[in-house]
Amino acid sequence: MSPNTPSKLEKILRVGHLAVTSECGPPRGSDAAHIAHKAELIQRHVDAINITDNQTSVCRLCSLAACIRLKLMGLEPVLQMVVRDRNRIALQSDLLGAAAFDIHNVLCLSGDHQRFGDSAQGQNVFDLDSMQLIQTVRRMRDEGKFLGGDAIQRPPQMFVGAAANPFADPFEIRVPRLAKKAAAGAEFIQTQCIYNLAKFETWMEMVCDRGLHEKVFILAGVTPLKSAGMARYMKTKVPGMDVPDEVVKRMAATPKDKQAEEGITICVESIQRLKQVKGVSGFHVMAIEWEERVPEIVERAGLYPRPSV
Amino acid sequence: MIVADKKPIEEIIAQVNDVRSVLILGCNECVTVCEAGGKKEVGVLASALRMHFLQQGREVNVGERTLERQCDTEYLEELRDSIDAYEAVVSLACGVGIQFTAERYPSKAVYPGVNTCFMGAALERGVWAERCQGCGSCILATTAAVCPVARCAKRLLNGPCGGSTAGKCEISKDVDCAWQLIVDRLKALGRLADYEKLSPIKDWSTDRAGGPRKVIREDLRS
Amino acid sequence: MRLSYPGSVRIIRVPCTGKVDVLHILRCFERGADGVYVVGCREGDCHYQNGNFRARKRVEQAQQLLDRIGIGGQRVRMCNLSSSDAPLFVRFAEEMHAAVLSAGPNPVRTALESKKRAPPPSGEELNA
Repeated sequence: MSPNTPSKLEKILRVGHLAVTSECGPPRGSDAAHIAHKAELIQRHVDAINITDNQTSVCRLCSLAACIRLKLMGLEPVLQMVVRDRNRIALQSDLLGAAAFDIHNVLCLSGDHQRFGDSAQGQNVFDLDSMQLIQTVRRMRDEGKFLGGDAIQRPPQMFVGAAANPFADPFEIRVPRLAKKAAAGAEFIQTQCIYNLAKFETWMEMVCDRGLHEKVFILAGVTPLKSAGMARYMKTKVPGMDVPDEVVKRMAATPKDKQAEEGITICVESIQRLKQVKGVSGFHVMAIEWEERVPEIVERAGLYPRPSV
Repeated sequence: MIVADKKPIEEIIAQVNDVRSVLILGCNECVTVCEAGGKKEVGVLASALRMHFLQQGREVNVGERTLERQCDTEYLEELRDSIDAYEAVVSLACGVGIQFTAERYPSKAVYPGVNTCFMGAALERGVWAERCQGCGSCILATTAAVCPVARCAKRLLNGPCGGSTAGKCEISKDVDCAWQLIVDRLKALGRLADYEKLSPIKDWSTDRAGGPRKVIREDLRS
Repeated sequence: MRLSYPGSVRIIRVPCTGKVDVLHILRCFERGADGVYVVGCREGDCHYQNGNFRARKRVEQAQQLLDRIGIGGQRVRMCNLSSSDAPLFVRFAEEMHAAVLSAGPNPVRTALESKKRAPPPSGEELNA
């Protein structure tokens, strides 16, 4: 089908290419040059760049401002929007702000609880949840209306995405949850980073059984491990993360000065295996604070050069 | 019921340190049940305050009284003849009772002796947990009688989020994931298919967001 | 056994230490007592199942409160013994006596004596 928006990411996916996205975290200050530099490191190796939104509830330069900066550089940003910090007025308003600069991709998220970050004493909002935000963006785009019913002058043309975590509990509703997001209007999905390839493949089978791979484009998330310590940390301290023992063992068995390389290799191998999985439409490479290795991962995984549309 | 917890005595002392007479006023309902503000707690607080003032060398008259409820004017009226003996009141009732007492006796300084916390119930003696936030528009019918507004840390109406782990919320291993409970309950009722129904955007105007609320029953008014 | 214990000790008999409330402990100090000890059956041997466990918790509550208002939680303690263990009773009494001596007089007693007042009336008499 033809694209609904001018989004370059959407075009690439609809034409049938495997898409590659990555993400950058904004700085803890107002120096946008910092994130412009990170984006420049990866721009030729990815189709779109996510900008995280006060991730882990730590105050940072807002995703919207950073996305605008990237757009003005000629890059393709994905606005990540959490519902933790904004009510429906601010959410709709920020969407219009992004649309004013012709940003065409938005990822609708819940957001980590503020207990984790530097503002544990703050309020949280959750006026809408992530599912309802997806519905809201679609309504603004397809009906040209605000939630309140009034018409929008120059409605946003956003390609709408959501996150999925095949490894979170309860496992039995992980596929129904994806179905729900598709029904709410999500068009692309970026998953939590995958280390348990077998479990992910099981999830994808169930997803395809329900035909959901034809309703949403699924981008498999991957994150290269920097060290055995990182593998152990993610295994035990990060909620919703599944790091199999074999992966930890493989990292631990590698000498310390070679562990980073091994992590990159594991990441590349994962991509190569996941390319074969039915329903996978691309990859979301998350290498926060390690963005300089993204080009190498993309090249070794056989995903370079990126197609032009 | 309304669950409250005793305020630290240092806070209470700071509130009343300069008075010459103070009435410790308890309530026989919720705060008695959660052992924060009933007759016993009034007695203990009054005794501790008397000892504090004695050590300071100050003459302070510390009175004790526990009303049936502080949220009904009929009971508050029982104080009418005796309250003038006191300069201030430390009320151990919930936030409602404290304010009602102050409204009834506007010339008295009324201080809180407890922190009012939430609407909840006892899981066991000494442990009370939140169950309701009074959103004003109850959706328990759609969530198998588990409230995502009160029990989900993100009050997601289409949860769970990606942080749910082994049935616990990402914020703490001591907090159940409300959506795990809802899924379990739906399964037990044979209604797991209901999980995929999209819960619509909530009207929060009946919640705190809409402003201070009233319930008016015309059929009951005289 | 006709053992002797310090004369400073006054005994208040209760059917079970489970009957002792935090308020009873506090009122003792309000009236000027320098120390209170709650002597109950050995743990596991309570004649009434677990009255002595309840007493221990209340003693701990009283200790915390007394610390916070400057009286000193070390003035109250829980002791467990069997009803036939007179030597242990004496030992507890002597330990308590020593602990109270080192803590000094109850500041409330000092304040009361300096005012030459009778001890304050009980809570019921103060009801508004």
